[in-house]
Amino acid sequence: MKAGTLKQILLLTDGCSNKGEDPAIVANLANQQGITVNVIGILDDDQTEQPEGLQEVEDIAVSGGGVSQIVYSERLSQTVQMVTRQAMTQTLQGFVNKELRSILGKNQSMEELDPEKRGEIMEVVEDLGETSDLEVVVLVDSSASMRDKLETVKEALFDLSMSLNARVGKNRFCIYRFPGRRNDIELVLDWSPRLDGISKVFPKLTSGGITPTGPALRAAMYQFSKKQLRRNSDEEPFDMEETGY
Amino acid sequence: MKNHSTWKKPAISLHAQQIVTGKWHHKSYTVVRKIGEGAIGAVYLCMHHGRPVALKMSEQDAAVTVEVNVLKALKKVQGYRLGPSLLDVDDWQAPNGRMYSFYVMEYMEGKTLGSFIQQRGKKWLGVLMIQLLEDLEQLHQAGWTFGDLKTDNILVESNPPRIRLVDVGGTTRMGRSIKEYTEFFDRGYWGLGTRKAEPSYDLFAVAMVFIHIYYPRRFDRITGESSEKLLEKKLYRAKDLQLLHPILKKALKGRYLTAAEMKKDVMGKIKQVQNRRSQYRKKTQQKKAYPVKESFSISLVASVLWIISMLLP
Repeated sequence: MKAGTLKQILLLTDGCSNKGEDPAIVANLANQQGITVNVIGILDDDQTEQPEGLQEVEDIAVSGGGVSQIVYSERLSQTVQMVTRQAMTQTLQGFVNKELRSILGKNQSMEELDPEKRGEIMEVVEDLGETSDLEVVVLVDSSASMRDKLETVKEALFDLSMSLNARVGKNRFCIYRFPGRRNDIELVLDWSPRLDGISKVFPKLTSGGITPTGPALRAAMYQFSKKQLRRNSDEEPFDMEETGY
Repeated sequence: MKNHSTWKKPAISLHAQQIVTGKWHHKSYTVVRKIGEGAIGAVYLCMHHGRPVALKMSEQDAAVTVEVNVLKALKKVQGYRLGPSLLDVDDWQAPNGRMYSFYVMEYMEGKTLGSFIQQRGKKWLGVLMIQLLEDLEQLHQAGWTFGDLKTDNILVESNPPRIRLVDVGGTTRMGRSIKEYTEFFDRGYWGLGTRKAEPSYDLFAVAMVFIHIYYPRRFDRITGESSEKLLEKKLYRAKDLQLLHPILKKALKGRYLTAAEMKKDVMGKIKQVQNRRSQYRKKTQQKKAYPVKESFSISLVASVLWIISMLLP
């Protein structure tokens, strides 16, 4: 059994967007194109309460069909890989639910099945999660407040690639930071199966106080090869037929 | 079309005396208290028909289902107790109106490995390590890697002391990618191997479990320093583990391909120690025999002299 390709954007930020279009709307658009948007909000070590700006983190992920998590930077590595995996499972489950509805009627979904049947379906979902190919565009907020966290971000991304490369399926990653010097986003590392190379290329540069999350997400969306993006939102984001399932 | 049920479900927390009744099998459980919390949900001690059981509930339905699948698979290879036995799987409608998946397993009582060694002493190290390796060998033979092996997930039941593995959240089929791990025990974190599910992944964690007993606060990797050297240094400082040093070192390096191989080495070490002890005992016994021989020979000489003196006119 061979699965298709899952597409994800992983947004790492420590604050609220303050320029350009609403990121939640862009995330929704991306989700309609078959891309899942995950968001991780990074707290400073001395932050005891969740700052209000980070509410946006959950909003973006919900509209993007993905998973969000707010963490202290020491927990970043484990969180990044957990969020990525959870989102893969969620996407595949969404697909299975759709299939179930088309077979068993409108109101059927995995939750309505008894635990035994659900278990069997979950095995299929797990198999797909292990074997499907994965493409991730990593989008790193490089506003001034992120300066001290970039080292941890680098470690977490390296760790993520190690976790995912233990899978049977293939992986491709690329990293962008935002805002770029000239554009909304700036390339840090081009599509690559591993993230070992980032130690050399990760920028020490940080920009001022603007955080154009919305425009950055839109630009990230276009990094998936154009022909793969679906024009029609009704089309299956995860196409089994073309993959010989 | 947006499916509302895929939206983020709020985390769930049960309180004492709360009654959880399953939607499918209609069994009721009365919560006593929370006994643990992990990446996926929390475990509660509950009463069911006057008997204690452990109930795990999470807002992540998929994760619960995956764990149940593992427990079911382990049941099939039983005859040997690997992990807790599964008693019930069901859904519960919480007061907030949402459906939460849960499963019920046998309640295991015991001490954590660390506190057991602290109380009963280092002489138990070898025995418990052999037990642990035996369980892992069975698990590996059945096609599974335990994955999230850590001190918290190892209980020692008393009378007679027996190791039990709890929490199968990280248990992964051989050859796949490890589902869940804890950094300190994960060879990937230390840069000493991949996160592919294979026996050597668990055996690395076994070594870290025994190191952890002597560094209960754990320690971190140091950027720019070799983790292999760091772990070796820490290992050598744990003097109680001295006998097992070469074995643990080999496990950290990923040189054991099966748990059986490692177990054989541990047993060999224990035998060696026992032999040395009994030889030592023999020697001391020999020493004790000298004064007897001495006094015997003195009295013999004396009596010969006495007889001679009697014979002489």
